[in-house]
Amino acid sequence: MTVAISYAYAVARDDGALHEALTGVFGVSGAPVRLVRTEDCDGLVVAVSPVPSNDFDEESLRRHLEDLDWVERTARAHHRVVEALAGRTTVLPLRLVTLYRDDERVRSALADGCDGFASRLDELTSRAEWGVKVFVDEPSSGTPQDPPAAELSPGRAYLSRRRDRRNAREDAYRRAGQAVSRIESAARAHAVGRVRHRPQQGALGPRTGQNVSNDAYLVPLRDAEDFRAEVAQAADGFTGVRVEITGPWAPYSFAAADLPQGRTDAAP
Amino acid sequence: MPSRSSSYGPYAQGSSANLADILERVLDKGIVIAGDIRINLLDIELLTVKLRLLVASVDKAKEMGIDWWEHDPSLSSRAHEGHRSLIEENKRLRAEIEALHQGTEVGTDEVLTDGAREISDAARRTSPGEQDRRRVEERGEP
Repeated sequence: MTVAISYAYAVARDDGALHEALTGVFGVSGAPVRLVRTEDCDGLVVAVSPVPSNDFDEESLRRHLEDLDWVERTARAHHRVVEALAGRTTVLPLRLVTLYRDDERVRSALADGCDGFASRLDELTSRAEWGVKVFVDEPSSGTPQDPPAAELSPGRAYLSRRRDRRNAREDAYRRAGQAVSRIESAARAHAVGRVRHRPQQGALGPRTGQNVSNDAYLVPLRDAEDFRAEVAQAADGFTGVRVEITGPWAPYSFAAADLPQGRTDAAP
Repeated sequence: MPSRSSSYGPYAQGSSANLADILERVLDKGIVIAGDIRINLLDIELLTVKLRLLVASVDKAKEMGIDWWEHDPSLSSRAHEGHRSLIEENKRLRAEIEALHQGTEVGTDEVLTDGAREISDAARRTSPGEQDRRRVEERGEP
């Protein structure tokens, strides 16, 4: 029998008008999102939406998680809800597919975790996550830096071109390494936390270039503009190195209380 | 509170946000609290590993009309067998991970597949608190 169960997106503190942020926002199964609260946890709420139990039982989920289209739809819907809330208040995003039998069970999970959620929310208040990725564009093989001397034999010319290409490639990565250090110092000057993600290096590779670093920084809101400007600038002068800044994100990478907080990472 | 805090938003990357960026956050990060439906965290880990191998290229692959899931050799060494082999491979990986979780890690590195090694690396990187929760989850209801 199919019943509605509760899909939970995030924990947040309700200022009394948080529901306004959810107007016109629909959850992973297209249903409206509501806020579940408990008397025992002052002001904290969990954003949930109903989903059909037959589509979210263990067996179905196992199948769905093999289906990238389903994963993409679900992840984007999950993210939209988190983002809508984050536009108004501090949120603790929950991991994808956190499910409860009903709102009563959500309430009890909120009450159980209340103290931890509350203190984490306090620590994340007025801070946002920014993503910083660094890419290096490998020199194209068709453009050796110096054409080989005309008198070289074909064999020597080939080896010379190969050597030039290899040198150009090594140079590109050395520059990238220096750029990454510069970018990290610029970022740390403003960040209060850092979490490293894996470089995005899929089987087919990024669209262009190689992703050599992929970090998330927790940055006070008032420093956001300086952070962005200085990180973007830090890559200036490094040929073939690109920095991509994304955000502001809800503090996904900093939500779990037992993550290292990177306070020691941050510049004073 | 400084007045610039009013420039809180916009958290409005919305549909324009890169799928890889979203997935590494919603799957890999975020708070794990025990729900009622027992999501096998191993499945999530597996998915995460696969996505790490593949995710950066998802948008591109779709754009190019590549049926990467079925044919990508790095995903499945038996790619020509299609979806079925993926499920088989997942079963095999799950068994290997379970063996790992039972503490047989020492001395088994040589026989691990790349996938399992990556998962075991990922498990090692996981914070102790999270591992405890996972163990609790795997043992079932307290």
